[in-house]
Amino acid sequence: MQQIPVSLLTLVAGVAITIVSIWVGQNHNLLPVQASQQAPLVDGFFSIMVSIATALFLVVEGTILIFLVQFRRRRGDDTDGVDVEGNFPLEIFWTAIPSLIVLILGIYSVDVFQQMGGFEPGSHPHLPHTHSKAHAAQMSGSAIAATLSDASAIESEKIAPASLPEIGIGANPQQLGKPADLVVNVTGMQFAWLFNYPESGVSTGELHVPVGADVQLNLSATDVIHSFWVPQFRLKQDAIPGIPTELRFVATKPGTYPVVCAELCGGYHGSMRSQVVVQTPEEFKNWLQENLIANQQELKEAVAVNPTNLSTSEFLAPYTRNLGINPETLKKLVKSR
Amino acid sequence: MTQVELPRNTPPEDNRPGIQVAAHTAPKVWKWYDYFTFNVDHKVIGIQYLVTAFVFYLIGGLMAVAIRAELATPDSDLLDPNLYNAFMTNHGTIMIFLWIVPSAIGGFGNYLVPLMIGARDMAFPKLNAIAFWLNPPAGALLLGSFFFGGSQSGWTAYPPLSLVTANTAQTMWILAIVLVGTSSILGSVNFVVTILKMKVPSMKWDQLPLFCWAMLATSVLALLSTPVLAAGLVLLLFDLNFGTSFFKPDAGGNVVIYQHLFWFYSHPAVYLMILPIFGIMSEVIPVHARKPIFGYKAIAYSSLAICVVGLFVWVHHMFTSGTPGWMRMFFTISTLIVAVPTGVKIFGWVATLWGGKIRFTSAMLFAIGLLSMFVMGGLSGVTMGTAPFDVHVHDTYYVVGHFHYVLFGGSVFGIYAGIYHWFPKVTGRMLNETWGRVHFILTFIGTNLTFLPMHELGLQGMPRRVAMYDPQFITLNQICTFGAYLLGISVIPFTINIIWSWVAGQKAGDNPWRALTLEWTTSSPPTIENWEVLPVVTHGPYDYGKNGHSTVLETGETAIPVN
Repeated sequence: MQQIPVSLLTLVAGVAITIVSIWVGQNHNLLPVQASQQAPLVDGFFSIMVSIATALFLVVEGTILIFLVQFRRRRGDDTDGVDVEGNFPLEIFWTAIPSLIVLILGIYSVDVFQQMGGFEPGSHPHLPHTHSKAHAAQMSGSAIAATLSDASAIESEKIAPASLPEIGIGANPQQLGKPADLVVNVTGMQFAWLFNYPESGVSTGELHVPVGADVQLNLSATDVIHSFWVPQFRLKQDAIPGIPTELRFVATKPGTYPVVCAELCGGYHGSMRSQVVVQTPEEFKNWLQENLIANQQELKEAVAVNPTNLSTSEFLAPYTRNLGINPETLKKLVKSR
Repeated sequence: MTQVELPRNTPPEDNRPGIQVAAHTAPKVWKWYDYFTFNVDHKVIGIQYLVTAFVFYLIGGLMAVAIRAELATPDSDLLDPNLYNAFMTNHGTIMIFLWIVPSAIGGFGNYLVPLMIGARDMAFPKLNAIAFWLNPPAGALLLGSFFFGGSQSGWTAYPPLSLVTANTAQTMWILAIVLVGTSSILGSVNFVVTILKMKVPSMKWDQLPLFCWAMLATSVLALLSTPVLAAGLVLLLFDLNFGTSFFKPDAGGNVVIYQHLFWFYSHPAVYLMILPIFGIMSEVIPVHARKPIFGYKAIAYSSLAICVVGLFVWVHHMFTSGTPGWMRMFFTISTLIVAVPTGVKIFGWVATLWGGKIRFTSAMLFAIGLLSMFVMGGLSGVTMGTAPFDVHVHDTYYVVGHFHYVLFGGSVFGIYAGIYHWFPKVTGRMLNETWGRVHFILTFIGTNLTFLPMHELGLQGMPRRVAMYDPQFITLNQICTFGAYLLGISVIPFTINIIWSWVAGQKAGDNPWRALTLEWTTSSPPTIENWEVLPVVTHGPYDYGKNGHSTVLETGETAIPVN
């Protein structure tokens, strides 16, 4: 039985591999721009895994190459190799080291996930006010109705807690227990995203958020499963028919980033794309104002005919007309709620 | 004492009357048409599995080429998007259920297990034949489904999408999977009983070839997990056709339950596709490196460990789905643990190379290719197994790159290694080594060209299962497409080599690799009941270089001692 070989050569190789691996982990440039508070957490974790993986890759592949050259059969040699059936200390060594690595990665991933807010979906403070605002849209038409009449807001409040999202990425530890600065209801449908701002009643086809604000997306789907993904945010959560989910984040870098559907949803799944525009708070306020005015002109028409007497699809029609949503889609949307 | 002795005076075992009857009525050798019939010989069934699976490999491969041709440009300009999805769905389904699983388990398992343990056939020969003959109708159903648009909801068939697209094709798809699932269950029962009960009495448990250990673990895993898939799919079938609403959210159903049922089988399915391949690796590497396997017990037990832990990792496919945080964390940790027994195997094979006399035969080249690429697939797998990072890369090309490294770079390379290694035994003729090397080089370069850039595509933001994509990804996609064409071409020299060598290859003799496992102690191809007289095991399956002896030359009848 041999000892684990420790020679000067392996020491030098070990140091070299360590340096190279750490360098690769810090300079791989494999990931896109970081644009959310969670992105640096994910990237930091990934970089550590890249370093470890590079080291293991170099050691194993290097060993294979060295062995292939060193122990190739020479011409005319028909004898067998050396009779070695195992080496218990070595086997313990290469069982223990990976065990240790995955143990550390496991603990670290729990920590990262906790900082990302992965354990806190649905942990909103139980203030009736935020409730009705945040979750009113879980019922058809009520999101916009909430801004119009107190009666419907109270009505939605009663039902809201049942549809609280408890799945997804919630508040990060700093925001824990605080309501989100901005709530957006996101609806996925074949093959588009619909963004609704319950506090102002604005509905759009692309997401606008102010930089630095704590944003909560309440995700739902009308027909099949979709998945809301912004690569630059490093965040993804499925929008599932019948199961509310949420995604809470703070955008950290102004810019325009793609919103990608990441769950197969039909023939045009690949074209189900939108964008998220991260703006300064002033820009966002202006954008919201513009859309509010555009919406309100139609809103007045709706009020004139007394919205409480309208069916949900009739009520929603003016808001969705400009979004390229046809009546069929809308009917499905209403029905599935 | 290190050679295989054939005790000519021992009468054949006659405690299995069914098989004995067959011995009297069956012909001496099978005619070509016997391979197209309901035949109970495990070797015929093994060849039936392998050849059928290879035909489906070519069909699935053509679908892959069509997919990659579509993805050469960002727009959907070659295929109709729904046909694209049908190709994508059936490419995955065929490669998993009609190529890798039947060739690795049904093909190599049936052919080799009885030969390796010194049995004359499997425990239940008729059941074995029934299990095989469930496969052709399943394949026909899948191909036939294209007349109805083809199943388009991915091989995962998540509802509600699977409930609202191409209903007839989806129903045919479900029936096909239930058929191959049933085949898998029947085959697994057979393997478990055969390995536990039918090895020659002279073979001790620590002399059981590692391929048989791997098959045992595979079969147990298939028995535990396949019924769950069948249950999930039958519920889906009822939702589709009989008005139930298990998975219809607007009628109170729950779509996430389906995902649990599906992945409870389909993650272990990954191990069904790789454990037999690990077994092949453990056979091929010692023979061609002329070295005892390093850490026999560790490799045998790690198969069983993967079998057990592999049952508790399925939710890592659902980290972005309807799963709460604690569940994501639990399954992150269990997933990471699987890396340990897998690593034990990899390190064991690398250590087997140490001190060997490595012969770079085509079989060995593919085994080494597997070793080098599985490391890559394993490492990317660990990164994805952690929920915080998977939230970014789930359902992206990073995943596609990863699982093709383990399933193509792993399983398919292993199947190739196995074919080059056992072809002389199966046919009595050698494959052409030069063309084998050409095949290896093309496949190795093609694999890395096709699947390595996919990791970067996924990290940068390209989702999987798309027919159209953001133009910023065009360069990497074209590299992938070029690699896929190369892979398509690489099959040509292999196919010609197989056909030509089967007919006119150089005669192999009984034991061309001078290997020590029992299948090499009989003639090539083996006689119908495998041995006239059952062999007696006098040494371990990997005793190369033992006690100063060199190598057994021919069938153990003559051995050349070193001194």
